[in-house]
Amino acid sequence: MSADGLFVIGTTHHRAPLAVREKLSLSAEGASALHAELATIAGLREFAVLSTCNRIEFYGVAANADAATRVTAAFCTRQQFDAAEFEKIRLSLRGREAVRHLLEVAAGLDSQMLGETEIFGQVKEAYATAQTRGSTGPVLNRVFQKGFQAAKHVRTNTAITAGQVSVANVAVELALTIFGSLAAARILLLGAGEIGEKTAKAFQSRGAAALTVASRTLERAMELATTLGASAMPFDQHETRLAEFDVVVCATSAPGTVVSLAAADAAIRKRPARPLFFIDLALPRDVDAAAAELQNVFLYNLDDLAKIAEENRAAREAEITKCRAIVTEKAEALWRQVEPQVAALANNHTAPV
Amino acid sequence: MLSDLSDRSWLWAAAGFYLAGFVLGTFSLLRGGRPSGTANYALIAAGYALQLVGLGLRGRAVGGCPLGNTFEVFQFTAWSAISLYLIIGVTFRTSLLGYFTSCLAAVLTLVSLAIPAWDATRRAHIFGSNTWIEFHAALAVFSYGVFALLALTSLMFLLRHYSLKSKRLGGWFSFLPSILDLDHISVRLLGAGLALLTVSLAVGSVYWLRDMASVTVSKLLTFVLWAAYATALGLRLRGALLSKRFAWTCLVLFAAALISLGLVDANRHPNPPPLAAVVQP
Repeated sequence: MSADGLFVIGTTHHRAPLAVREKLSLSAEGASALHAELATIAGLREFAVLSTCNRIEFYGVAANADAATRVTAAFCTRQQFDAAEFEKIRLSLRGREAVRHLLEVAAGLDSQMLGETEIFGQVKEAYATAQTRGSTGPVLNRVFQKGFQAAKHVRTNTAITAGQVSVANVAVELALTIFGSLAAARILLLGAGEIGEKTAKAFQSRGAAALTVASRTLERAMELATTLGASAMPFDQHETRLAEFDVVVCATSAPGTVVSLAAADAAIRKRPARPLFFIDLALPRDVDAAAAELQNVFLYNLDDLAKIAEENRAAREAEITKCRAIVTEKAEALWRQVEPQVAALANNHTAPV
Repeated sequence: MLSDLSDRSWLWAAAGFYLAGFVLGTFSLLRGGRPSGTANYALIAAGYALQLVGLGLRGRAVGGCPLGNTFEVFQFTAWSAISLYLIIGVTFRTSLLGYFTSCLAAVLTLVSLAIPAWDATRRAHIFGSNTWIEFHAALAVFSYGVFALLALTSLMFLLRHYSLKSKRLGGWFSFLPSILDLDHISVRLLGAGLALLTVSLAVGSVYWLRDMASVTVSKLLTFVLWAAYATALGLRLRGALLSKRFAWTCLVLFAAALISLGLVDANRHPNPPPLAAVVQP
């Protein structure tokens, strides 16, 4: 066995549709049991399992080609998935290509949402789990640890993570641009639909604590408020109490204007020094467009947010070449470091981990 | 070797560091990146240290605070603005404040160094033997440094306001601080600058009341400026001067402050400079 004994095998969102990925998804118990099973495979020196909603990947160092095949077989058996079908969607890389893939994954370059940072935490968790279970060794330890450094380098030195790419996160980013911090910002959610809920959750994830929900049906508002840990408000009070809020997320299905120019004007007059930010996610629009002209009032509608998200996405894609160049360079250097260790481990025909 | 360097050489070196900060920031922005807050802060801090040495040498040579001619006033104003930036800049480390500050400091110091006439003469013992009036002048110029920084945060506010209203948030607009943070820091700077100018004028008033003949129109202009800044702060706190209008007012008042500074300085009667402070060829 050569230094190609380092491998990654699995599948990702690039190859497998959601319905298939659902079948391949590992539960916590399943992952634990599979880990115990993989540890018995002869010739498998080291391994780590990365399981997210978009990918299932097995990183390993093996003394023979058969070990990698047996990993796939064990996984398919556990998931009751046809091995021949898995073959069609299988990702299989060896040696320096496997190293490069790990670096790309950790840097968010292989993610569905390019440049997302959540994957970095997931890779770290996968490595920590493998380390705790004792299935990593000198090669994977070095590859993962150096991989984290390389991913951080990519994120710091390129604009791959710059700007938000979802409408809800763009709205939150805008609020931060206005208020600096959301800890003291009071947020009103008008409408209890899905998009409003998503946006409210995005606000909460960035530190917003004071959230109020108002909906045509008070029961629905209370229900959502309970889910979000927020408070509810009767819908007919939204105009009179507008001045109490800093950010107003409008996502109703009302056929006409919900926040009039007069109401916005009256609200800002009551709190002239503090900006008032309207996020109008409704179609037709909830807020009178003329409110944008008021001093210290900022109004963004769905098109505005979608345009910013699209610009950010394009900016991230423009960075991909630069990122890949960095990753290739780092992967090459890392591979040169670990290649002798991989060869030594692969040629050492001792018991499995 | 270093002891042989003239005060102006140290001040040239300081200006070079400020310029380097500005050039580095411009280069980063043109490349579409964020100016390095740490690098910029380090360059400004290095420039500040060198400027301190230069102004210290000049002060020792003239036997007092170096505020005897336009050159020294500009240098001292830039130094005051940087002093304050080094304190509040920590909060805005990743924003464009350092970039704008290095730009302002480079302009003030380089322009004053590039015009030899501004440093050709200076009034020896401009404050006589009265240390209080020297304290008054130093405090007044320091307050102008604060107002210079206020002008920068106001400019940044206007840029941020424009970006939010016009919905252009990408590029270097993304490196500006939040509009509320800029507003808060501007109000605090206005309060601090006004407090310093108030103390300065209070000290000066004691002196001028004893010698009413020394009160010139240019000195009265400083009082007018103080009143204008005080009115702006009062209106801002009462919610009558907000957002863009407040920012524009701060910018206009700083322009007026610079003009009044020139008038006050021009009103002095030049005397031969002390030998140690003579401009080096």
